[in-house]
Amino acid sequence: MTAYIIRRILYAIPILIGVNLITFVLFFMVNSPDDMARMHLGVKRVTPESIEQWKVERDYDKPLVFNVEEDGSDRFTQTIFYQKSLALFAFDFGSSDSGRDISYDISQRMWPSLAIALPVLIVGLLTNISFALLLVFFRATYVDFMGVVLCVIMMSISALFYIIGGQFLVGKVLHLVPVSGFGEGIAAWKFLVLPVLIGVIGGIGGGTRFYRTLFLEEAHRDYVRSARAKGLSEIKVLFGHILKNAMIPILTGVVVALPLLFMGSLITESFFGIPGLGSYTIDAINSQDFAIVRAMVFLGSVLYILGLVLTDISYTLVDPRVKLN
Amino acid sequence: MTDSLLSIHKLTTQIGRDDGAIIPVSSVSFDIHPGETFALLGESGCGKSMTALSVMRLLPPAGKITEGEIFLDGINLRDLPEVDMRAQRGGNIGMIFQEPMTSLNPVLTVAYQVGEAVKLHDEEHAGDIDARVLELLQQVGIPDPERRMSEYPHQLSGGMKQRVMIAMALAGRPKLLIADEPTTALDVTIQAQVLDLLRDLQKRTDMAILLITHDLGVVAETADRVGVMYAGEIIETAPVDTFFAEPQHPYSQRLFDALPSVERRNRPLTAIEGNVPSLAETFRGCRFRSRCDVAKEICATELPPWHGDQEHGYLCHLQQLRSESIEAPQEASISEQEPGKNVLRVEQMQLYFPIKKGLLRRTVGHVRAVDGIDLDISSGKTVALVGESGCGKTTVGKGILQLLRPTSGSVQLNGTELTKLKGENLRSLRAGMQMIFQDPASSMNPRMTVEAIVSEGLIAQKIGKDRSERLERVKAILDRVGLPERFMKRYPHEFSGGQRQRIAIARSLVLRPDLLVCDEPTSALDVSVQAQILNLLKEIQDEAKIAYLFITHNISVVSYLADEVAVMYLGRIVEQGDVDTVLGDPKHPYTQALLSAVPVADPQREREIIRLPGDMPSPANPPSGCHFHPRCPRATDICSQSWPELSKSGTHKVWCHLHG
Amino acid sequence: MVWLWTDILIWLLVVLCIIGGYYSSKHPHLREPWKRVAQSSVAVASGTFLAAFIIVGLLDSLHFKAGENDPDHGEVISALDVVMRPLRKNQEKTYSAPFALHLFAKETVEMPDGSQQRIYPRLKHGGAHLESEEERAADIYQNVISALLMALITWMILVAMVGLWRSEGRTFKETISVWICVRCRVQLGVSKGFPWPTLLWTAMLLLILLFLMITLGGKYHILGTDKVGEDVLYQALKSIRTGLVIGTLTTMVMLPAAILLGVMAGYFRGWIDDVIQYLYTTLNSIPGVLLIAASVLMLQVYMDNHADEFASVIERADLRLLFLCIILGITSWTGLCRLLRGEAMKIRELDYVQASQAFGVSHMRILMRHLVPNVMHIVLITIVLDFSGLVLAEAVLSYINIGVDPTTQSWGNMINSARLEMAREPVVWWSLSAALIFMFTLVLSANLLSDRVRDAFDPKLRGIQ
Repeated sequence: MTAYIIRRILYAIPILIGVNLITFVLFFMVNSPDDMARMHLGVKRVTPESIEQWKVERDYDKPLVFNVEEDGSDRFTQTIFYQKSLALFAFDFGSSDSGRDISYDISQRMWPSLAIALPVLIVGLLTNISFALLLVFFRATYVDFMGVVLCVIMMSISALFYIIGGQFLVGKVLHLVPVSGFGEGIAAWKFLVLPVLIGVIGGIGGGTRFYRTLFLEEAHRDYVRSARAKGLSEIKVLFGHILKNAMIPILTGVVVALPLLFMGSLITESFFGIPGLGSYTIDAINSQDFAIVRAMVFLGSVLYILGLVLTDISYTLVDPRVKLN
Repeated sequence: MTDSLLSIHKLTTQIGRDDGAIIPVSSVSFDIHPGETFALLGESGCGKSMTALSVMRLLPPAGKITEGEIFLDGINLRDLPEVDMRAQRGGNIGMIFQEPMTSLNPVLTVAYQVGEAVKLHDEEHAGDIDARVLELLQQVGIPDPERRMSEYPHQLSGGMKQRVMIAMALAGRPKLLIADEPTTALDVTIQAQVLDLLRDLQKRTDMAILLITHDLGVVAETADRVGVMYAGEIIETAPVDTFFAEPQHPYSQRLFDALPSVERRNRPLTAIEGNVPSLAETFRGCRFRSRCDVAKEICATELPPWHGDQEHGYLCHLQQLRSESIEAPQEASISEQEPGKNVLRVEQMQLYFPIKKGLLRRTVGHVRAVDGIDLDISSGKTVALVGESGCGKTTVGKGILQLLRPTSGSVQLNGTELTKLKGENLRSLRAGMQMIFQDPASSMNPRMTVEAIVSEGLIAQKIGKDRSERLERVKAILDRVGLPERFMKRYPHEFSGGQRQRIAIARSLVLRPDLLVCDEPTSALDVSVQAQILNLLKEIQDEAKIAYLFITHNISVVSYLADEVAVMYLGRIVEQGDVDTVLGDPKHPYTQALLSAVPVADPQREREIIRLPGDMPSPANPPSGCHFHPRCPRATDICSQSWPELSKSGTHKVWCHLHG
Repeated sequence: MVWLWTDILIWLLVVLCIIGGYYSSKHPHLREPWKRVAQSSVAVASGTFLAAFIIVGLLDSLHFKAGENDPDHGEVISALDVVMRPLRKNQEKTYSAPFALHLFAKETVEMPDGSQQRIYPRLKHGGAHLESEEERAADIYQNVISALLMALITWMILVAMVGLWRSEGRTFKETISVWICVRCRVQLGVSKGFPWPTLLWTAMLLLILLFLMITLGGKYHILGTDKVGEDVLYQALKSIRTGLVIGTLTTMVMLPAAILLGVMAGYFRGWIDDVIQYLYTTLNSIPGVLLIAASVLMLQVYMDNHADEFASVIERADLRLLFLCIILGITSWTGLCRLLRGEAMKIRELDYVQASQAFGVSHMRILMRHLVPNVMHIVLITIVLDFSGLVLAEAVLSYINIGVDPTTQSWGNMINSARLEMAREPVVWWSLSAALIFMFTLVLSANLLSDRVRDAFDPKLRGIQ
């Protein structure tokens, strides 16, 4: 078990190196720091001096991978690759193009993101599974048929509609909760209700349908027939046998997403004005702050890989058939 | 009958909606008395499982009972509300299924699954379920039941799983146990254990058993009465002794004639031509008519009458049928005994699969699938490789064909060493050795036509100048295996299992191989179709003098077809020799046990089954010394210390310390 | 003619679909599932809607430079632009509601008597033909009636044509009822086969919409106008092409790589498998939105710095669209690749692959003859299932400015510019609603059709349903 986890973590290193290289190529080689400076300063009124100054202010005034002007190890360390890309491995995200400390921002902003994403995940999961079980219980009847149709309709509606519509209805027409913003501590709840509700509703269509298929697949297995042959009632078969087996893919699917919850949701956060990592990213994209985008890409990859490792571990916990070695 | 426990009257079951529905069970009637074993015998797709599921009211969602009554102990099961029916299921009726591997819930413990049934149906033990579960597990002969209770199904062997299934079925102290092919997925030695257990339980609890099977041998050993099903109908019912002595219906008679055996060695088997008709058809007249060799005009137009009573009778237009079976004439020229040239020579072949573990995925051990075997096959001869599942016999076949590369040892085809060859050199030799696979469903690409399937080898081996020349060869070979030319443009799913196996044979033969490895070619087929394929294989061998390596677990096929037999246990051959010597006078305790466990289609024959305790160990960690010693009834100290030397008498080779 | 990159790829796709259709008709394992799809009423109805969308999209993919005598002289326009010239040319000053006669915003207008007044000025085009404003209701009513009549006549001609084509010896009355009435079909014993009534009734609905657009579209702004006074209906129709391009080309661009790599990884195992797995795990580990954001940002920087390399705005926007497809493709092919790897691992153990190896068939040939044809149903299911998700994704991406070019007409851009006006009193709702409804119709049709396609092609589901 320990050996397995160590091996998985070791396996993550080449992946992170790969991610790092991709971001390096994307951010520094496809377009040089000069291009970025020109873009930020506005193409028209740009002078070589102002470009140089922009670069110096942000530590971009170095060669990409090899510095011929330095000696010894500095030839490698005094480069953009070392300082901007490799530094990410030490979770040293540096400062943003507008001069703020990215690590500090992240540590501040991950909690509001989690405060939205975690309830959405949990409430959504419970809702979807309940609806799916209902449909499976009434399988091959009108209830099932109409339920599936409703699911397809709900999943055909754009997420933007749920958000805009929800904001309009609950916030502007009914004036139940504030449309956007965020509060400190307990007071935050009234800002959270609406985004969580909308997040859950938006996911019902796809989620319910997915879990229904999962349950139906289990419902046709031989062991279900054995359970019925024992004289178990449909409800007991559904909860005691089908659900228990289907929970394995469901739980492990949830685990892989857990670490990424910190990253927040891009559009929900920006619509509701929640100061999380999602809106942080959006703001960075809109203000073309490459340092932040770079940091978020790396952070996202790390969390994803963490999710993969956790998934493997969770398999051993919920599935008696799986032993890691 | 008033004393019957289960009484089924004119049961008809339908699956699917009205247009395009299939009727798997039509007007089936039979009775089972307390303490009796009634066997429902029939080939695949004849409706026997659907009959059982109708009794349980567990038909698939699209299925329903359209006619008839089912009485259990006077209760009409068909009219019972679902709530009361649930009390019957698992209570008065227990059921076990064919696939113990998939029939248990993989994520629940043995104790939970058995306990569930106890909780539902056993009120006295509601207070102490675990004690009752333990008792049940002991009852079905599970060793070390305390430990097993907390284990999960994947930790148990196939035989153990089936025992757990039986324990589950027994939890409600059923009056009737329905066993749907309970031993088909198990090896013969395990099958013998399970059948023993069923018999023993029946004696103790006086329950009735409805045994569903396709195996005449199992019927002969276990049943009191038998009902033969064909295309959804019961065509004959009889007490077992009478049935085996004098089968009445032409189909039952042909079924016996189609069984391969030593006595029929030098003549073709009497195969039933054609296939079981589809149950989607609407039948007029007798359902067996199209395959019956004594059919008359009336058989096509009128439904046959039932002769006799419900306990003993048959469904046929003809009366006073012949009593002796038709045997095909013995061939005048018994294949001459001159020794052919050697085609295949295998020496000390080993085939290991590495087991990797730990941080660096180092190889920490090997699965010794094949652990040093020798084989010689001459042209025109058949060597049978016999053993239970997991003994490595299929790996031997693939190792010879270099589909898996042997770890060490030598394989020579016509004197050419294969294990060292690579790439083009090996490819050019592949025409000389071909293989026929067990499962006709997966051995052909469903996306290719028969023509493309058969000509694939020709193209790969660059035989034939152009498409038309290849086409000629394909036509010729299809004709040889008895398939009409018009089949060439069709796809595999349009064919029955037997026809597919013919295509597979054609595909191999078109390359004119010297060696044909047949990996259980008939084990997925029904007896009547098996006879067709065995006949074909035999004819082809006589014509083309091909050497066969026949891999099988079916002893009767071996006795019918093989010249020489090698018995494998856990990666090694334990006994080898002439087929008559080995089967007639087995020396190795394993061979003796294996042969004794094979059910024989003769209820009169009393035989002593040598019981083997436990299961075959894992080839990753074989026992020391003689691999068989932990299960051997005659093992001594030395057996656990060293692998026995070969002892030879004539061509008969045995690896056993008892014969050292 | 002007061939944009996406035009070329779209028409290539059309050609591929035709070839695929011909190939399917020759192979029963493809023909039979398609037949099952075609026998489903839901599939036929949603397929008809999709076809309407596709026709609009294809018309919009025939670009050319307007000629000398053309009012659009010098511009690159599409066939759809020509068809919809009235809609395109009837530009107002700013917002106006559907069927409105006045602008939505007050303006200071100089009155004939020289005084200045803040009023809602009359639209230049919307209802310009009316003599007095009171006539509007009657005029709309008249036009609706004539549109319905025209639709009915066209539809009857259509029914008669289909009826004559396949009368199959029935009487006239029977023939007609077989084509338009589901219950009559069952009574006449034509219960199976292609559901013609569904097709014809859906066509009726589409015809009505078409004629409504024709009769009313030139006279009013059926769906209002946007901030710069552009007709919203025109925008929504132009956005169809963008949606279709994103939905189809994205999967297509990475499809060959996904199939080949997935099948190779599963078949060869060993180090090839390791490399391919590493490749897709790495790509997969970068959160999709961020990879897209990063790539699009970089593209933007590049395009801003090299503005002179692009001949026209439309070409620049087109390249950005194509690039978005590619980058979306890169983030989404990994799922398919993993799925195919798993399937290939199962197939390689099957006896027919072993049999081929025993014949000495080469690995490449085994891959092409045995593996690929047997995973194609998964590929097809993935393509149809991904389509609707991608259309929805476009809207979200464009909304956060990392989608298509701001000058490209797309539902995402429509929503993006419209949501700023949600705060206005009274609300400017039409632009947003139009985009959402068009998108919903397309995505719902695609979802319903893909459901049927999956049911028909997935052997695993065949037992369940």
